[in-house]
Amino acid sequence: MSDPIQIATQAIEERFGAQSSEFREQVSLIIQPEHIVQACQVLHNEFSFDMLVDQTAVDYWPQETPRFHLVYQLYSYTYHIRLFLRVPLNGNVPSLPTIESIYPNANWHERELWDMFGIHFENHSDLRRILMPHDWEGHPLRKDYPLGYEEVQFTFNYDEIDVRKPYAKK
Amino acid sequence: MPELDTHIEEVSLDGLRRLVSEEAIEGRTVLLNMGPQHPSTHGVLRLLLELDGEKVVNCIPDVGFLHTGIEKNMEAKTYEKAEVMTDRLDYLNTVGNNLVYCLAIEKLVGLDVPVRAQAIRVILTELQRIASHLVWLGTHALDLAAMSVFLYCFREREVILDIIEMCGGQRMMATFFRPGGLWRDTPVEFEAAVRNFLKNFPKRIKEYEDLLSKNPLFLERTKNIGVFTAEDAIRWGVTGPTLRASGISHDLRKVHPYSGYEQYDFEVPTSDMGDTYGRYLVRIEEMRQSLRIVQQALDKLPYGPVRSNNRKFVPPPRSELGVSMEALIHHFKLWTEGFPAPKGAVYVAVESPRGELGVFLEGDGGPKPYRVHWRTPSFVNLQILPLLAKGHLVADLVALIGTVDIVLGDVDR
Repeated sequence: MSDPIQIATQAIEERFGAQSSEFREQVSLIIQPEHIVQACQVLHNEFSFDMLVDQTAVDYWPQETPRFHLVYQLYSYTYHIRLFLRVPLNGNVPSLPTIESIYPNANWHERELWDMFGIHFENHSDLRRILMPHDWEGHPLRKDYPLGYEEVQFTFNYDEIDVRKPYAKK
Repeated sequence: MPELDTHIEEVSLDGLRRLVSEEAIEGRTVLLNMGPQHPSTHGVLRLLLELDGEKVVNCIPDVGFLHTGIEKNMEAKTYEKAEVMTDRLDYLNTVGNNLVYCLAIEKLVGLDVPVRAQAIRVILTELQRIASHLVWLGTHALDLAAMSVFLYCFREREVILDIIEMCGGQRMMATFFRPGGLWRDTPVEFEAAVRNFLKNFPKRIKEYEDLLSKNPLFLERTKNIGVFTAEDAIRWGVTGPTLRASGISHDLRKVHPYSGYEQYDFEVPTSDMGDTYGRYLVRIEEMRQSLRIVQQALDKLPYGPVRSNNRKFVPPPRSELGVSMEALIHHFKLWTEGFPAPKGAVYVAVESPRGELGVFLEGDGGPKPYRVHWRTPSFVNLQILPLLAKGHLVADLVALIGTVDIVLGDVDR
């Protein structure tokens, strides 16, 4: 682990109660959604993580707590290091504050996350669908969203399959 | 006769109110739709323009017309079978997409790649970078009414596509790189074909420069158009030639080398101008640097295997199947159920012709990726288009779409 990243992770761990982990030489911090804006602010201002590279999510359905992990990836041009922030989100309609004020390019990333996962960002300037048509129903990258086909329901397993496809109903 | 469904959704002013200024609602500025079938939007990009005369007041990109759900589809295939879809993302950098996906799998499972395979990967990705820049240069010049450059660029691009076809059997969607190395070794004609290209291409670059670099019409259309500062570039997460033309020397091949880029001697071209002309100069120079890399890689191309012999991840060669029971078992297991990858997430990024192309790959212990996310440079870079366009003429907007160098397959995934 290089030095500047150790200092940054330690500070975030102490101030926001985050937990760090390392996998294949990549450091991730698990941080609670209520701290994410402040943590990004601190990382941006004090530890020179000046670029938001990527923002994505992983759906752990049918697990509910946490159902999603939101993954932020920050990059520092000063030290040339990457840091991953993972935010666990509970429940089916999670909501958390936007980081658009710190990293303006979060705008489209968050629109994509809303579109694909149905994660709501509070105070976002323009939270519309970005890739799917604006009248689309459902959020395609969720694990309970069928992949282009629907399971055939027979009389004996109608109810069993019905609970797995909430978007097929009108 | 059944009644036709002629319902068309009404465009409400309320929907537009947040996006455009109050003047457009009152009718003092004009709203104009550009694309998605406009030849100068380089694919199916739709722009909603708010115009004051010829001047762009506001520009709202609307993307998603080419969304194919590749991320979702990849979750349903095994690691190796999902690779064919990576070609379809950025269709001008197909080899680069294969490379980053293979690197991610290799990092996730801890797979080695033989040195010969790494060198061939570098040669092909650099040739692909030149091919991609040629498409960019040709279409960019065409947008600015320099028709002949387009034809010359596509002539040279064809030579590169022939080399890729020679290796993988396909001009564009070759899927020649596989986890652990290459599909097969390059054919015998490969080296001569690449050397021939290396010999001829420097003259061609000079031809393009003769046609454009001092052409007063081209200068008029590109100088001081769409100036973008270094601070803005970092704030908006812009990468690639667009970033380097703003004066920041950042190239993943130098900063975080992969596939043995650290052994090659090359420079990272930058420009302080930050305008459309600066981005043109950077990309032209990048083609020259790519040639240097290809030359070095070809000169010291080592001999040896082109695919890892770790049988848990790489299927055995056909010749082994008849004589080895283990080989037959591995062949069967790998093609029916694939190989398992450990639980955990990796992110690998390479320098694509457009910027940082990254793949976020999360495994859950099974043979299929649990989540694949593509951090595509076009998607991030396109966000700056409204900033660039503000205050320019509609004709310049065409130059600006070209200068950001977007590929819609890369934006929409």
